[in-house]
Amino acid sequence: MLFVPRPRRAVLRGLIGLAGLLALAPAAGAAEGRSAPERALTVVGPWEVGGLDPASNGHAFTRLQVAETLVGVDAAGAPAPGLATGWTVAPDGLTWHFLLRSGVRFHDGSPLTAGIAAESLRRARANVGPLSRVPIATISAEDGAVVVVLQRPFALLPAFLANHTTIILAPASYEPSGRVVRIIGTGPYCAVTVAPPLRIELERFEDWWGGRPAIARARYLAVGQGETRALMAESGEADVVVSILPVSLARLRRNPKLAVQTVTPPRTRLLKLNAGSPLFSDPRARRALSLALDRTGLAKVLLRNPGLGADQLFPPAVSGWHAEGLPPLTRDLAQARLLLAQAGWRPGTDGILERDGRRFAATLRTYSAWPELPPLAAAIQAQAREVGIDLAVSIGNTSDIPARHRDGSLDLGLVSRSFAMIPDPLGTMLQDFGLDGGDWGAMNWSSAETASLLDRLAVLADPAEREPLQRRLAEILQAELPVIPVTWAELAVVANRRVAGVRADPLERSYGLAEMRWGTP
Amino acid sequence: MTRLLLGRLVQAALVALVVGGLCFALVRVLPGDAAFRIAADRYGPDALTAQAAEAVRQELGLDRPWPELLLRWFGELAQGHLGNSLVSGEPVSEELASQLGPSLWLAASALVLSLLIGLPLGLVSGLRAGSGLDRLALIGAVALRALPPFVLGLVLMLVFSIRLEWLPPAGYGTWREMALPSLTLALGLAAVSSRVARDAVAAVGATTYYRFARLKGLPERAVLVRHGLRNAAIPVITYLGLQAVYLIEGVVVVESLFAYPGIGHALVHAVIARDVPMVQGAALVMGLMFVLLNLGVDLLCRLLDPRLGAGR
Repeated sequence: MLFVPRPRRAVLRGLIGLAGLLALAPAAGAAEGRSAPERALTVVGPWEVGGLDPASNGHAFTRLQVAETLVGVDAAGAPAPGLATGWTVAPDGLTWHFLLRSGVRFHDGSPLTAGIAAESLRRARANVGPLSRVPIATISAEDGAVVVVLQRPFALLPAFLANHTTIILAPASYEPSGRVVRIIGTGPYCAVTVAPPLRIELERFEDWWGGRPAIARARYLAVGQGETRALMAESGEADVVVSILPVSLARLRRNPKLAVQTVTPPRTRLLKLNAGSPLFSDPRARRALSLALDRTGLAKVLLRNPGLGADQLFPPAVSGWHAEGLPPLTRDLAQARLLLAQAGWRPGTDGILERDGRRFAATLRTYSAWPELPPLAAAIQAQAREVGIDLAVSIGNTSDIPARHRDGSLDLGLVSRSFAMIPDPLGTMLQDFGLDGGDWGAMNWSSAETASLLDRLAVLADPAEREPLQRRLAEILQAELPVIPVTWAELAVVANRRVAGVRADPLERSYGLAEMRWGTP
Repeated sequence: MTRLLLGRLVQAALVALVVGGLCFALVRVLPGDAAFRIAADRYGPDALTAQAAEAVRQELGLDRPWPELLLRWFGELAQGHLGNSLVSGEPVSEELASQLGPSLWLAASALVLSLLIGLPLGLVSGLRAGSGLDRLALIGAVALRALPPFVLGLVLMLVFSIRLEWLPPAGYGTWREMALPSLTLALGLAAVSSRVARDAVAAVGATTYYRFARLKGLPERAVLVRHGLRNAAIPVITYLGLQAVYLIEGVVVVESLFAYPGIGHALVHAVIARDVPMVQGAALVMGLMFVLLNLGVDLLCRLLDPRLGAGR
């Protein structure tokens, strides 16, 4: 058999093809640049799309304004009209009427009725999610209103109905078993394609009750790597990029094509302590560990913003919860050593404290789902050692913290806690600092006064009445330190200047697509 | 030929057994509570509670004894089912089907691109072994292979997306999104295949039959095409089978970096979330791809060198 010169032709053809592709590359890019008015607005964020279940992925559809909740949130974070135009509560505090907006249509053209809304809420309540923690007796429909009857008064009901797990979907979204098979919502954008785990394609919904959005087509891309997200903003591939790593921010700020916004969300990185362990049961030991931390230094070096050092649980942006004039948590090594000495700890030969033959050694557990946590843990380890506390850092999975909270094997955990799941931070405070503690909050620590303050707050709606109780709560937490605040957080949103109307949402509830429009670059 | 196919079939069955059992065992001995891990991936850290984890445990029957769970998986596999993902609840086969396509495209284009880059370079270097070009190609190959795909990918993004603004740094959909990830993989592959091709060509060039072909007066081109390429191709193609390992591990890293929705990306997430059926399914598909690729390599080698199939 002769080996005819076919391979050479194939190689040649291949080379010609490759040259052709390379020659086309810039042309294709330019062609896309010319058709700019028709392009889909691209939003890039770190959150993957896991599927359609509102309990696990409702946030994707509220952020993209595909689905909506009965209650919205205003700029100050307070409950505001959503699909419900308003609500009333009976004097007994038990029966709530949520008046439904009229003329609202789902993306399949069917009208929104109180019966449909009530059914969506009943499904949300039966599923995993915050609504299952609300003392609800019944949810029903009554001429144009959703009626929720509670077992006991609970003023936070509207805030819970703003959570993304309570989105209202059309009946055709569900299959008979109750599983969500399509997202048919009421928002300004329809989900045309949902391609887990990385992509959602959107089209404008012409019949939205809030008016016609300016941008016709949009898409969401999940990009897990922070470096890649920054590069997508710089290359112009992405129009809006949410969550930028601190190291990339300065570079993006210098880019004339990009506009960078930063907001402070209600999120705090904190040390969750096991107050039942012999190491941390003494409040003096907890205060000493807090006094060992150089928060400004941590925030300056690792977060590139010294203002993010958390001298109390809530950042100044969370009004009503940030307690003005509260003595701040500071670094004072001498005071820390004194407190530890008072608690009976003496330095051993290697500088690590000892008491009754036991070393002050603990495991600091954290996880890498938030990229800043492992370096923060390493820095905390070094700072704790300066006062003689020996911490071993263990980096694992997010679930290690609540799992070890349950089985009691956690000494110390560094976590990133959001107080925005329920737009009213009280929703999270109830979960974290009640009598039994919380998976992400206090562990083996409880205070009768805190529990009673939380009980009273849960039935109060008036901010003015709530403020003094919230302040007292902040004072107790600052003195007792069931959790030690370390740093606050910053959310950076980068937008290409060809898009106008971009607003960073500190509660991370919405990208605000409906308010965006194409501008001149 | 039948024996070859039968042998590979038995190999495929063994791969299924070993991969399935090993993944199951490895995921089980990971520290931590499976229900909490699955709930963490489903609901995200901010919404993860012990209550959610308990609901997951009940729903998936995670407290049942492990032999039951493993036997159930093998039983379903025998019927062609890969089970359901513990995180999303969707059938693993559907999730893999939607993610295998992009990965195959990526792997295939990387392979083709690497051959387009590596073979001509190897051929020229081999024909002029020891020349300046040969040395330059060696330095280039060592440098490219030494760079981890993660770094190489970032460098390509900086050049082609930021500086030249030709290609998007991430995403999926058209060939433009696929260009950079496949080039990242292709450069790593070409680094080695160009050297293998160079050595093969140089070795063939030094043989007596090659010199004889020249001596009998054949033009240089005919010598190369008739006696050179075919003999040099065998080690190069055999090596392609081994390259699959680099390709598979490269796909895992490159897909995460370029936010490319493939099977490597799925595998990483499934391991983190302890989604046992997804880990088993993804690893199984990758293992079978490896078997299939080797079968292709065997068949190609026999086609090129009939002596291999002559029953010796």
